[in-house]
Amino acid sequence: MSYKIEIENLNAWFGNKQVLRDIIMKIKGNVVTAIIGPSGCGKTTFIRCLNRMHELASGSKVTGRVLLDGEDIYGEGVDPVTVRRRIGMVFQKPNPFPMMSIYDNAAAGLKLNGVTDKHRLDEVVEKSLRVAHLWDEVKMELGKSGASLSGGQQQRLCIARALAIEPEVILMDEPTSALDPTAAAKIEQLIRTLAEDYTVIIVTHNMQQAARVSDYTAFLYLGGLVEYGSTKDVFENPKSELTEKYITGEFG
Amino acid sequence: MSYRFRKLKDHVMVSLAYLALIVALIPLASILFETIIKGLPAINFSFFLKEIPPLGEQGGGIGPAIQGTLTVVALASAIGVPIGVFAGIYLAEFRQARIAIAARFLNDVLANMPSIVLGIFGWTLIVVTIGWSVIAGAIALAVMMIPIVTRTTEEAIKLVPMAIREAAIALGVPRWKTTLTVVLSSAKRGIATGILLAVARISGETAPLLLTILGSRFWFSGFTQPTAALPLAIFNFSQSPYRLIDWPRAWGASLILILIILVINIIVRYATREKYG
Repeated sequence: MSYKIEIENLNAWFGNKQVLRDIIMKIKGNVVTAIIGPSGCGKTTFIRCLNRMHELASGSKVTGRVLLDGEDIYGEGVDPVTVRRRIGMVFQKPNPFPMMSIYDNAAAGLKLNGVTDKHRLDEVVEKSLRVAHLWDEVKMELGKSGASLSGGQQQRLCIARALAIEPEVILMDEPTSALDPTAAAKIEQLIRTLAEDYTVIIVTHNMQQAARVSDYTAFLYLGGLVEYGSTKDVFENPKSELTEKYITGEFG
Repeated sequence: MSYRFRKLKDHVMVSLAYLALIVALIPLASILFETIIKGLPAINFSFFLKEIPPLGEQGGGIGPAIQGTLTVVALASAIGVPIGVFAGIYLAEFRQARIAIAARFLNDVLANMPSIVLGIFGWTLIVVTIGWSVIAGAIALAVMMIPIVTRTTEEAIKLVPMAIREAAIALGVPRWKTTLTVVLSSAKRGIATGILLAVARISGETAPLLLTILGSRFWFSGFTQPTAALPLAIFNFSQSPYRLIDWPRAWGASLILILIILVINIIVRYATREKYG
């Protein structure tokens, strides 16, 4: 069994503060993996280490290896820009580019990387908006501002934007926490379909959400990986007492 | 505290705020009013097109002064705007760099430099070697623009939310490209405001021009030659003993200077308007 992402002894710091400790984890391809844990446990930092976004913060530091298809993304001579094209990201708050239309938002990744072929752009925009379950709602108004959409639509636009550059892995940092339950349900449904073609890693605060959408769940606590296994096992039969306490709501 | 008392207090404070606003607007309104009343009679078609007459002589216009102001300001902007914008980008993107902290401080010092000192700077640097010239004036005014443009560009870029940058970076867009595309286009309105402020400021400067372009009554004759400018023309007319002939010209030239700044303002605002207001 080969893995899409293998994480070996990952440590991360903000200045002198260590936020991730010796994380070892193997993530399968074409499944949804949820990262759960209380606030401040390092969930967000963890996924930001997977596409080398963590290092953008001043004073940050990362050690360890993250293998994508067996190749270390922190290896010597690896350009973080290429890593980020293979590993896309969707943020907590929908962040479409406010000065761009819906079309331009979906095409942004290609356009900013120099693609000008109108035909290809049209194709990619339609395809990614379809995959993001947004096409039918916006196809008549592609020229409107991305910021004019509702929060849930904006988030799906951000997912389409991430999909347009054809990544292999999609990282989602609490993608529904700023949305109402109906909009969140649509995104959850979308996440399930994404797993057919992509490897999805989702950080969530919401344990029901993790249980609903993920195949595997990892529980982080104080920067360490406490438990990792199939979602069913983690929720129904946790090995660690800490995990059990967290998922039964004793703390968190 | 009763409801009526709070309500009363509210009315008093709002009235005071209005009063302050009106007091603040009185000088502006009276300047505009005065300039229009006294300047309008001096303005006719030939006022724009004719060369500047000697003091006390009938006829003529201020054509060369308009041309000179536009030339010097355009050249100063061509030098000062790119430098200011890129310096502002640097300060915003590398906030903590030691050189950025030093540069920010020096920039603030430069912004508060008396304009006559910049005139002396242009004079010693250029006038002494190639003589009174358009170039000397443009450089002195460019030096004046740079700190304003730098500071406002920096502030405008800092206002661009981190989320916007991160969105682009996560799409595999290199950082420099993120800054030059997504960040700059989000900040363009703020940057344009800064450029306008700087253009408006230098358009009316007189002291540095006295020491650099000298002034002239004739049309543009080369970048290394002296030239006329509206502020200098206003100054000269206003010093004239022939008050009936020359003072209205000073008002007319003032009105045109105000209109030029207004028009530049409108054009830039229109060009950088938000597509999705």
